[in-house]
Amino acid sequence: MSFTGDSGTLGALADVGEADALDAQGHVRRRPHFSRRRLREVGLAYLMLSPSMIIFSIFVFYPFLRNFYLGFFRTPPFPGLPKRYVGLEQYREVLTSSAFFNSVKVTVQFALMTVPVGIALGLALAVLAHQQLRGMAVYRTIFSSTVATSVAVASVIFGTLFNPVVGLLPWLGVNPRPPILGNPDWALPAVALITVWQTLGLTFILMSSGLQAIPDELHEAARVDGAGAWARFWKVTLPMLSPTIFFAVVIGGIFAFQTFGQIDLLTQGGPLEKTNVLTYFVYDTLHSKNDDGKAAVLSVALFAITLTLTLVQMRVLERRVHYAR
Amino acid sequence: MARVVFDHVTKRFGDVVAVDDMSLEVFDQEFLVLLGPSGCGKSTALRMVAGLEDPTEGTITIGDRVVNDVEAKDRDIAMVFQTYALYPHMSVRKNIEFPLRTRKVAPDQRTSLVMEAAESLGLEKLLDRKPAQLSGGQRQRVALARAIVRRPQAFLMDEPLSNLDAKLRVQTRAELIELQRELATTVIYVTHDQVEAMTMGNRIAIMADGLLHQVGPPQAVYEKPANLFVARFIGNPPMQMVAGPVVRIDGQLGVAVEHTVLPLPPEHQAAIERTGVQSVVIGVRPEHLQLGSDGVLPATVSVVESLGHERHVICRLDDEQMVISRQPSDQPAPGEGSMVRLVADPAHLHLYDAETERRIETDGLPPITPRSFPADKARQ
Repeated sequence: MSFTGDSGTLGALADVGEADALDAQGHVRRRPHFSRRRLREVGLAYLMLSPSMIIFSIFVFYPFLRNFYLGFFRTPPFPGLPKRYVGLEQYREVLTSSAFFNSVKVTVQFALMTVPVGIALGLALAVLAHQQLRGMAVYRTIFSSTVATSVAVASVIFGTLFNPVVGLLPWLGVNPRPPILGNPDWALPAVALITVWQTLGLTFILMSSGLQAIPDELHEAARVDGAGAWARFWKVTLPMLSPTIFFAVVIGGIFAFQTFGQIDLLTQGGPLEKTNVLTYFVYDTLHSKNDDGKAAVLSVALFAITLTLTLVQMRVLERRVHYAR
Repeated sequence: MARVVFDHVTKRFGDVVAVDDMSLEVFDQEFLVLLGPSGCGKSTALRMVAGLEDPTEGTITIGDRVVNDVEAKDRDIAMVFQTYALYPHMSVRKNIEFPLRTRKVAPDQRTSLVMEAAESLGLEKLLDRKPAQLSGGQRQRVALARAIVRRPQAFLMDEPLSNLDAKLRVQTRAELIELQRELATTVIYVTHDQVEAMTMGNRIAIMADGLLHQVGPPQAVYEKPANLFVARFIGNPPMQMVAGPVVRIDGQLGVAVEHTVLPLPPEHQAAIERTGVQSVVIGVRPEHLQLGSDGVLPATVSVVESLGHERHVICRLDDEQMVISRQPSDQPAPGEGSMVRLVADPAHLHLYDAETERRIETDGLPPITPRSFPADKARQ
């Protein structure tokens, strides 16, 4: 057997054995077959994967597929009656209903209220805390401290502050009627405010790490090249930070589409469905209305939206690689 | 085009003195190399000129202007960084254009200046690429183009060649010298590589521990290192040294080393008499140290290293001290393990006061100090 030209380069694990044939030019036609070593490695790999594959199958893959299936059945009006197979009819019905549109609209509004504001604030704090000043570590700790609070704690704190009887506003002498969380115009912005506050720590940490990843020499080069502080921010900091910002936008978007705790604790989707975000809508449909068929369809929709956002995120992460030095 | 003057400049970071009372004048259109081991303060000195660090004491002058209170962006200098510091999100064209944009140069003028800079560095075909798509050498040239595009008063270069491979470094070294001559501009160049310093600088300024040890043309520094630090730092292999007390035998002065007394040439004896030092260090460059049969210092040949064009013979003295001799490769090589006697060329002996570590001048000239360098020797 002769090895000529590039045919001599072998795959790392595939051996070229006696079975390889020579083509018309005398090149080895590669017919890699699995060596015994390779087979052992594959076997070992599956053995090690099996525990997580079993757990995932039971708790993730099966319920996931089952959920799709559930959406094909109409839930009976009274428990105990048989379910009725309706095929895609229920999907069509639910996904074109005004309640679903309202929920998507509320969720998108919520995302638009929380994500840009949260990122702008987090970035502003990160830029401030990036200065090499005495005592800055204290501020960094304060700015990032909200990561240590849970949604529940944040909701209780703000719920108390907004409380029309014992809250901050009546104490200040302001007593809006109806109370803020009961006001169709103000309930969603109020919940958004709580969410911004609660996620600010995370956004701050994200932006700070993004800033730290920018080499100091770039700022120094820009200073020597004649750029003032403002120009350096717009021409160097912001473009260099853009992958981090994209990342924060996608993460924030996914968080917004998964918001549940603060809605459940503060508004229960009301007033007038104005805070009925998708996740809460799914929950409410299942638990208050006991309509598991409809809830299944809604959660499939939520899955599709989150999947889309995740795909966008993966594209964005590829861009990060492009920026590497 | 301007001179740069450090006048008693000190820089402290907390308790650490990075630059200690440095006074130095870099002449207009001079290529001055700041040379020293890492952590010696050379980069800090350069960064103070750039305006990236503020001196704790003293003044820095660029041209006729004291710049202590002038922002980096208003100093009219350009800097090339070790990492090149190219803006990764901008194309080569945008990178080169950046200093012009920040200074609000008109667009059509910008285009022609960018083309001019790109042409002088052979970057015309790369203008639309991003830095990540360039090789190390190309990035380095983009950094240079960004520096020259504005024709600043002075160029500051912080180890610009150290990220290049050895072959490219030699080539770029020559190109940098050509570029500096072409632009007739002042360059302050920081490096820890003595070959770069020797080959590129009109003068070199050697720093260690924040102190300026010696300033002078490369050959002068090589021939007359002002103190033991410079003597050890410049030259590869470094200057070979033996230390010992001065002894007088039959009216002649010599240096007691191990079991022997090394005799000294008459002018060295006179210098020791004049200065009255008790203990000295004798240094000799490896190329002035020969292996003979009639030398005074016995040694054993330990290793013979052949570099092709020359040979380094590494010997051990009786006290295990290592001494290196440099031979042309056409001489017969000594056998490893053989006994030899070392002979130093008396015309090339260097004498240092062991206590102050300063050079003892043997030609009656005043000692070389950092601040008495002759200005007219700057440009050869």
